[in-house]
Amino acid sequence: MVLDDPGLKHGAASPQARSDAPWQHDKNKDELEHIGKPIRKVDARSKVSGLTQYADDLTMPRMLHMKLLRSTMAHAELAHIDTSKAAEVPGVKGILTGKDMPMPFGILPVSQDEHALCPDHVRFVGDPIVAIAATEEEIAWDACRLVEVDYRELRTIGGVHEAAANEEPRLHDYGVRGNIHRLENLEFGDLADGFERADHIREDTFWFEGNTHLPLEQHASLAHFDKDGKLTIWSSTQTPHYLHRALARVLHPLPANRIRVIATPHGGGFGGKSDPFNHEICAAKMSMLTGRPVKVVLTREEVFWCHRGRHPVLMRSKIGVSKTGRITALDFHSFLDGGAYGSYGTASTFYTGALQTVTYAVENYHFRGARFFTNKAPCGPKRGHGTVQPRFALEVQLDKVACDLGIDPAKLRLDNLAPRESVTANYLRIGSMGLGACIEKVVEGSGWHERRGKKEVTKDGRIRGLGLACSSYLSGAGLPIYWNGMPHSGVQLQLDRSGLCTVFCGSTDIGQGSDSVLGWIVGEVLGINPLDIKVVTGDTDLTPVDLGSYSSRVTVMTGNAAMQAAERAREIVAKGVAKKIEVPASRLVFAEGRVFDAEDPETGMTFMEAVGIAEAQLGTIGTVGSYTPPKSAAKFRGGGVGPSPSYSYSATVVEVEVDPETGIYRVPKVWMAHDIGRALNPAIAMGQIEGSIYMGLGEAMMEEMAYRDRSHKGQRIFLHKIPSMLEYKSPSTLEMPDCVTYMIEDPDKNGPFGAKEVGQGPLLPIMPAVANAVFDAVDVRVDENPISCEKVFAAIQAKNEGKDARFGPALDATGIPDVDFGESLRIKTPWQGGDGTASNAPSRTKKAKK
Amino acid sequence: MSELNKVLATFQVNGEPHEVAFVPHKTLLEVLREEMALTGTKHGCELGECGTCTVQIGGMPVLSCLVLAVDAVGKDVRTVEGLAIGSDLAPLQDCMADLGGAQCGYCTPGVLMAADALLKDNTRPTRDEIKEALAGNLCRCTGYIKIFEAIELAAARMRGEDAEPSKESIYGS
Repeated sequence: MVLDDPGLKHGAASPQARSDAPWQHDKNKDELEHIGKPIRKVDARSKVSGLTQYADDLTMPRMLHMKLLRSTMAHAELAHIDTSKAAEVPGVKGILTGKDMPMPFGILPVSQDEHALCPDHVRFVGDPIVAIAATEEEIAWDACRLVEVDYRELRTIGGVHEAAANEEPRLHDYGVRGNIHRLENLEFGDLADGFERADHIREDTFWFEGNTHLPLEQHASLAHFDKDGKLTIWSSTQTPHYLHRALARVLHPLPANRIRVIATPHGGGFGGKSDPFNHEICAAKMSMLTGRPVKVVLTREEVFWCHRGRHPVLMRSKIGVSKTGRITALDFHSFLDGGAYGSYGTASTFYTGALQTVTYAVENYHFRGARFFTNKAPCGPKRGHGTVQPRFALEVQLDKVACDLGIDPAKLRLDNLAPRESVTANYLRIGSMGLGACIEKVVEGSGWHERRGKKEVTKDGRIRGLGLACSSYLSGAGLPIYWNGMPHSGVQLQLDRSGLCTVFCGSTDIGQGSDSVLGWIVGEVLGINPLDIKVVTGDTDLTPVDLGSYSSRVTVMTGNAAMQAAERAREIVAKGVAKKIEVPASRLVFAEGRVFDAEDPETGMTFMEAVGIAEAQLGTIGTVGSYTPPKSAAKFRGGGVGPSPSYSYSATVVEVEVDPETGIYRVPKVWMAHDIGRALNPAIAMGQIEGSIYMGLGEAMMEEMAYRDRSHKGQRIFLHKIPSMLEYKSPSTLEMPDCVTYMIEDPDKNGPFGAKEVGQGPLLPIMPAVANAVFDAVDVRVDENPISCEKVFAAIQAKNEGKDARFGPALDATGIPDVDFGESLRIKTPWQGGDGTASNAPSRTKKAKK
Repeated sequence: MSELNKVLATFQVNGEPHEVAFVPHKTLLEVLREEMALTGTKHGCELGECGTCTVQIGGMPVLSCLVLAVDAVGKDVRTVEGLAIGSDLAPLQDCMADLGGAQCGYCTPGVLMAADALLKDNTRPTRDEIKEALAGNLCRCTGYIKIFEAIELAAARMRGEDAEPSKESIYGS
């Protein structure tokens, strides 16, 4: 067996030679051995060999194939379901309907509003009604077609305006009232005073259309209820722990300790596989019913139905600034089209108001958010969860403010930066803050001062424009999804006399490299080659709980837990070695696969020998580490969404070339600077930034989860317009521009080796930067995302006709729905002497009766 | 469906004969994955839209979800499992691994087969030629850049050059 991983080939001669890339750029100023080096990911080899086994690559003897029959109606009661003909099909082994799994579930404790199969009420085209398992996939399909469903049609609620205007029929019998799922109204500081002191006030409206994750891997699961009465499910999930909880809830009385969830290698998540899904629960139940392994693989169309993607959000933003552009007040409204279920929607709603304050110092801030239930595929978290839409609004609005005041948009932002080591108006604690450096980098790199506003014309008659925007994102949510006092991330470490170090952690590698992060950190602390470390993750039987791959939490949270476990292991080994070689433990160095005396490097031994010595003295070696984020400064209701151990920052300049005749534009180049704290692995971090730019451009230029409003059998239904990869346009290689990327390393005290998040933040500024660049080129505003060429064209036409040179929602009632948000929760800001609590307690909005 | 008579045929995949029985409407993708257990070839849409199932037939990249298996009988089929020689990764695979060209890795087999076909014809492809050759392979993770860089690096190494990626591609500008 030849192992050609460079890490092994290069041996352990020196820290330089030990790096696993065959090239060397000595960038580290300190003496870290693995951190900051472009080491291969621990699973890179199997991935490029085609040997990584994703969920659909698994098979078992006697395995059945399961299919779901889904609703063809957008909104209806189920009068009758007849599965008798399906049951007669040869090869059909099991049929489930809603009555088999009556317990509702949902990702958030406050929204347990889904059923594995709808018992009596379908809420969108695609809602599952029946599950059928058969010996062959095609038999299961054919049997589904024989199921007869009688629908009793209900009026369809098509969007935020309809949901606001129609309290009946309700999609759900919980929520605020009618079809309003959530209403939030938080006021920080004195808005009236803030606007009073403003020299300039402007109010704008924005629309951000929904879009979806489009992972290349279709969701898939394999469930096996074995003869010992234990259930195992292998699934393409980002959150095995939450799936475990949902299974235990729905499959009750099967106890949680008999359920094992294994997160398989993941073929793309981006937030889309963070909810527990119907098909996962049905596969588990079906295996219990039939006594055979059951696999389910969704079709591409079903992946579009599962959705949980970006919420369509209508926004209204009123901003007050001084003559010099300092923000004195911000009054922000968001209206979210949630689709048919709660999903993460409560968190999404708060996120549309949470992070405006961590980039710029907003002195007084009022946020009102409303989420509605509508008869569309449920929305949820997509990369940048809930903060993407308001970021678009704020960054375009700031561009307009700069234009109004004649101030350079880059300077306007630099003058408003939120201070590092500060607490914001809404009680978010900022640590390191490198946004200023990010702005300076992209301004310099793009030639911003020389090239902006010059309206250069390309050879083919297009006009060049530059647009700038900034953003911030969490390094993990400060609170868990369900309230508890336990750690957010746990790591166990096992060392054995072969020198093997095994890391066990419930985290889930979705391609971002979180398995490798564990290897790099443990390797650094113990001075061993990360590629020699065995990483076992995402298995609820074997690994301690980690909450999952969402909110960019893994590097910081599992990283800190891994560091603690590794430091404890080092301490144990050092104790053994110190006694053996009679050197104080504090003088021992762990590096280059050896443990040795710092003052006499020749005195020492290999790591393997050191582990053996410690094991002989102290017994079997295992350690644990755990991580819980710092306590939030916010004590008001709703303050749980937004706090994070640290915030990453990004700034971008996007260049566009717009055809002034047609509105067709292209993006030839992007400059992106990201404040990452510290890049644990620069090559991998670059990949995250480039991937974020790509996905942001897709959202900016083409991607939309649009619905066809049409009639079907006399009922108005909302059918997904484009449930295929061909029609749901996403950028190919040909659309990907040149990218100039800068990593700003400003280590954060809460991150392992100073690291902050990188996987989501750099997506956020792309969309507003594109909109701002289009304005720089052709002087029209597109206040909607995607900034499609048709919209640019419409705005150019409006300009040519002497109308408002803009495309976007109206500021009147036709644009903004009339919603009573009730009395605000008033919170004094830190600079008003506030302590993070509310000064009033408005009575909860009266709930409508069922 | 199951009542349909299966056909028996021998495929040449990665230089090895595979004798399998399958229903004649099955695609090459299905037969590779389900009858030969060659699951390295992935599926994303089964409609010829995503490029994930790219394999080579006679050295040409094709979408295996659009090829009927019966049409591939007797032809030289190559899948991602055929790239490495023994345990040695091909230079293209090595460079993809080193640069992080595979994030979730799901598009990777298809990308590798398309890129390998390109490098057979063109030992010195320009960035635009690489983009053109991979225009049918969607990737949602990488933004394609690390893939382009890996192909360029592999091409250089396959030409015998002692090539390294640029410092900017690893550490940023």
